[in-house]
Amino acid sequence: MLYTDIVMDHFANPRNVGEIKDADGMGEVGNIQCGDIMRIYISIENDIITDCKFKTFGCGSAIASSSITTELVKGKTIDEALELTNKDVVQQLGGLPSVKIHCSVLAEDALKVAIYDYAKKNNKTYKGLEGFDPNQVNHEH
Amino acid sequence: MKRRYLDYSATTPVKKEVLEAMIPYFTETFGNASSIHTFGQIAKEVLTESRKKVANLINANENEIFFTSGGTESDNWALKSIAKVNKNKGKHIITSKIEHHAILHSCETLEKEGFEVTYLDVDEYGFISLEDLKNAIRKDTILISIMYINNEIGTIQNIKEIGIIAKENNVIFHTDAVQAAGNIEIDVKKLNVDLLSISSHKIYGPKGIGALFVKRGTRIIPFMDGGAQEKKKRAGTENIPAIVGFAKACEIAKENLDDHISKLSVLRDDLIEKVSNSIDDVKVNGPRDNRHPGNVNFAFKYIEGEALLLMLDAVGVAASSGSACTAGSLEPSHVLMSIGLGHEIAHGSLRLTIGDFTEEEDIDFIVENLIRIVQTLRDMSPLYEA
Repeated sequence: MLYTDIVMDHFANPRNVGEIKDADGMGEVGNIQCGDIMRIYISIENDIITDCKFKTFGCGSAIASSSITTELVKGKTIDEALELTNKDVVQQLGGLPSVKIHCSVLAEDALKVAIYDYAKKNNKTYKGLEGFDPNQVNHEH
Repeated sequence: MKRRYLDYSATTPVKKEVLEAMIPYFTETFGNASSIHTFGQIAKEVLTESRKKVANLINANENEIFFTSGGTESDNWALKSIAKVNKNKGKHIITSKIEHHAILHSCETLEKEGFEVTYLDVDEYGFISLEDLKNAIRKDTILISIMYINNEIGTIQNIKEIGIIAKENNVIFHTDAVQAAGNIEIDVKKLNVDLLSISSHKIYGPKGIGALFVKRGTRIIPFMDGGAQEKKKRAGTENIPAIVGFAKACEIAKENLDDHISKLSVLRDDLIEKVSNSIDDVKVNGPRDNRHPGNVNFAFKYIEGEALLLMLDAVGVAASSGSACTAGSLEPSHVLMSIGLGHEIAHGSLRLTIGDFTEEEDIDFIVENLIRIVQTLRDMSPLYEA
């Protein structure tokens, strides 16, 4: 099999699919040329991510990466969520094929862009966002 | 779970009769066809009989059939051999943008060696323009190579007309007929084809064996150097069991051709119609007419092909896609891009290829599951607004 059981589980039974109406933050990364677009929505109360949903156009690993990311950050503080890296996503999925690692990068980036969106709207600063420019996110494979 | 195989253009199962024909040649009649003793002579006889059967599928003479390891070798051999033999006459080759990689990458190799290649565009259904072909021919054009049937979208090119144009201009014509053999009547005596590639494993024969038809009078040079096999053109001890299997597959294909075409066409049209009628925003890739009898290719908007394949596999349906993700590359299939599909729709392509063991019930099962799976993926897609 191409993917681990955890990837297949998150792909076949994705957690937290959908949109959050009036989300506090939203991040979209990827592009249609490469065949992946990932959008993550977050709700925030007292700097804690109370809800997180996603919508993804992409392959099995893109969907699984989105799904597990929403699970990993729900209930976390923003500072904790900003510590999440694509390596954590890969590890939690039990590994991804090397050609699919970019899917985990997209998940990390989409989350960061969503938090950046929240921070900007609310004039907040977070250590984990220092130097982060949502326009500089590398969307290529 | 019942597994349903809808990927016959990728490969086919070996038919029981084919396997049974092969078995004695592994253990009992295992001789080397080059040997003088009886073991060798029996092998030589069966080699001759097999060559006749393969020739018969395309109405060739047996001495025009050269066994190879498959379609890729036949394509490589045809192009590189014709290029080298004729390099003093000219260095220009014409092919199309939707050829198999065995052709495209052989052309790239030849370009590095100083040959010039014109890659003809195709229209939205995958057909080359005969006018474009005529206009592309130059004084130094030595070879035209156009595939008979496209492996992804099923387009059947007008090989007869292409052959006439090639002949009028005194240019050698090769066609990759890997998807065509056994799926359409091929008569090389009625076509102005000089070289033609076929493969065994696409027609219910074993893998690792194929043939190159070389019309009498067409000069080729050896692809493999070594012994005197294949009239000193393709050295190496003949793979007799595989050749016997290939020949049996050709024989069955020839006998059943009409039934095969009519059965597959009905299932193909049924699948196309049912999916088109029950799913929105779906495009049928490839032509309505002049289409491979078993080829179905859809593009579903808003979703990605690999995800679709995985969900189909989870319910036992084996298919393929031209999505970049399935190929492990950046770009979607060159064929889908050449027929003018945008990235957003090319990524959502699905190829289902029907074969001799496909049943009507499989079609209904696929339609039912496709409706559900496409909706599930669309509900997840940020591009889709319900």
